[in-house]
Amino acid sequence: MTTDSNPSTMRLSQLPDAHGRFGPYGGRYVPETLTRALEELEREYAAAREDVAFRRELDELLAQFVGRPSPIYHARRLSEMAGGAQIWFKREDLNHTGAHKINNTLGQALLTLRMGKQRVIAETGAGQHGVATATACAHFGIPCVVYMGAEDVRRQRPNVFSMKLLGAEVRPVTSGSRTLRDAVNEALRDWMASVETTHYIIGSVIGPHPFPMMVRDFQAVIGREARQQSLDTFGRLPDTVVACVGGGSNAAGMFYPFIDDDQVRLVGVEAGGISPEPGQNASPLTHGAPGVLHGSRSYVMQDEDGQTSPVHSVSAGLDYPGVGPEHSYWRDVGRVEYTECRDDTALKTFDLVAKTEGILPALESSHAIAKAMELAATMPADKIVMVCLSGRGDKDAAEIARLRGEEY
Amino acid sequence: MSAIDERFQQLREAGKKAFIPFVTAGDPSLDMTTRVLRELAQAGASIAEVGVPYSDPIADGPVIQASYTRALDSGFRLRELWPAMAQCRADLGQMPLVSMISYSIIHRMGIDAFLDSAQGAGFSGAIVPDLLLEEGDTLRSAARQRDFSLIHLVTPTTDRDRMVRIAEASTGFLYFVSVTGITGERNELPAELLDQVAWLKARTELPVCVGFGISRPEHVRMLRPIADGVIVGSAIVRRLAEHADADTALGAVRQLAAELIEALEEDA
Ligand SMILES: Cc1ncc(COP(=O)(O)O)c(C=O)c1O
Repeated sequence: MTTDSNPSTMRLSQLPDAHGRFGPYGGRYVPETLTRALEELEREYAAAREDVAFRRELDELLAQFVGRPSPIYHARRLSEMAGGAQIWFKREDLNHTGAHKINNTLGQALLTLRMGKQRVIAETGAGQHGVATATACAHFGIPCVVYMGAEDVRRQRPNVFSMKLLGAEVRPVTSGSRTLRDAVNEALRDWMASVETTHYIIGSVIGPHPFPMMVRDFQAVIGREARQQSLDTFGRLPDTVVACVGGGSNAAGMFYPFIDDDQVRLVGVEAGGISPEPGQNASPLTHGAPGVLHGSRSYVMQDEDGQTSPVHSVSAGLDYPGVGPEHSYWRDVGRVEYTECRDDTALKTFDLVAKTEGILPALESSHAIAKAMELAATMPADKIVMVCLSGRGDKDAAEIARLRGEEY
Repeated sequence: MSAIDERFQQLREAGKKAFIPFVTAGDPSLDMTTRVLRELAQAGASIAEVGVPYSDPIADGPVIQASYTRALDSGFRLRELWPAMAQCRADLGQMPLVSMISYSIIHRMGIDAFLDSAQGAGFSGAIVPDLLLEEGDTLRSAARQRDFSLIHLVTPTTDRDRMVRIAEASTGFLYFVSVTGITGERNELPAELLDQVAWLKARTELPVCVGFGISRPEHVRMLRPIADGVIVGSAIVRRLAEHADADTALGAVRQLAAELIEALEEDA
């Protein structure tokens, strides 16, 4: 550690507590049926975390199978256009399967084997987590079922086919809003009946304890690398770090290793959708209130009766009414600033990054890049803004063509 | 003592077991829900569970999920539930009402507001399917002060020492979930269920009632020697959904209740 340790912020990196709480957030709000599996997972994960052989196996996979470390890249032309600070990308889009999701699925797949479970289920929104889970399961030979909202099956078609090619079964979910939230519900229902033989690989820092902590830890490789790469490249830490927030896993993984570095400004970007009106965005930290959804207490979009509200984002991976409990705590204590980026700005940024940098960013990541450009514009040229480029945008090409009325 | 404790005391004295039907509030309308409850009270139901529709029920199978969706789509609101229940309470005689409600809703309302509303509407207790023992302290102590029963669930995956701890925390009765899974009718109940229920009954004074999957007289006959009551949900909700005409639907529910009560009470 190169920074001094301020006791009040030191504590942030030590959360959650033994009950899976980040301050008043987190916990475990699930049916009793799942208790034993969650306790087992908590135990096994705690043991694996301390097990040198487990960590070595995961590190080796991350190096040889995923291609880590992912580079940091100076987006020079984009920085010039923004006019101000240097914008750097942490290139999670260059990972095998094209997003940060694989960091988590390999870790959880290894845990699945360690627990002796024979089947994996997962939910997916953009399909990136589904593909990353199907990939990890193919690698280890574990049968895999992925739940995906029917609306997302439509708008992320390339990923649906990839999952099938990788041997996974994709089950479209037609209940409710037919998006990520319903896919999580359906995966949890499957798990209720299959919990003794099946592990549920949750794709973000959401759900009951220990998922938010465990997924954060598996994703923290992003921030650890970015932190070291900054020290190596700039001789110091970046000034500002930016990431998009759906459930919040790439952001948690990017922020966590910087959380005790008070001098680093951390900015999370939610999906601003079409407008701040209810139902037209997916920004629980900006427009929601504390509530209970999918097993934990966190900010959530719900009505006065506690019913989950409809949400909207052009980006399937951000189209979710909840957010990880650790983000709720980081928001309340003021350590991380959360803001939002609207659909049209994200789409424009996608286009800009493609043409100026030769990179197709995921629509999710485009939200973060848009905000990074805005922030960079207000900062001098010697400052550094590091953005988590959480994934590649090939999966979005067809949907973007549809929105523009063009042939794909 | 809540009305639920009193009810079980009466049942015990009479050597009877409890028939506990479940209905979804507001499916398809609150008016229909109150009619079904009156029908069930007349048929001799011991206690009734009223399911409060929730947008994301993860312990529920397709039948109850669909009923929640229908209720929410037709405009179900909590502020209309409480007066509707309060109004029909007097017609339900000795049959206590228990709400089956997600903690997401209770959290949103606030614990005291929920208890005020539920008790004011004539509910004697609640089952909160997504509230574990560890997260329940605040609600449990508030409920205890008001003699409002908080019924906890145990499942086939619950360790035995944990079952005992849950039994100690529960009031009113204990809800023994018959299967590892979600609600919905089953052809058969697991063979080991009876042993598990008997094991737990030897360790608690609390009545132990079994639910999830129960839909047929043979299920009731199987459970009758051991359990203190049976809970029947999807089988009732499905009958209500199958008949668009209210009187036909009520008739179908009446017939099912009569069959199951008969199976519960017939001489072994
Ligand atoms: C590329 C990419 N970025 C971000 C997200 C949002 O998820 P999270 O907030 O958990 O990183 C997704 C989700 O599918 C994604 O595919």
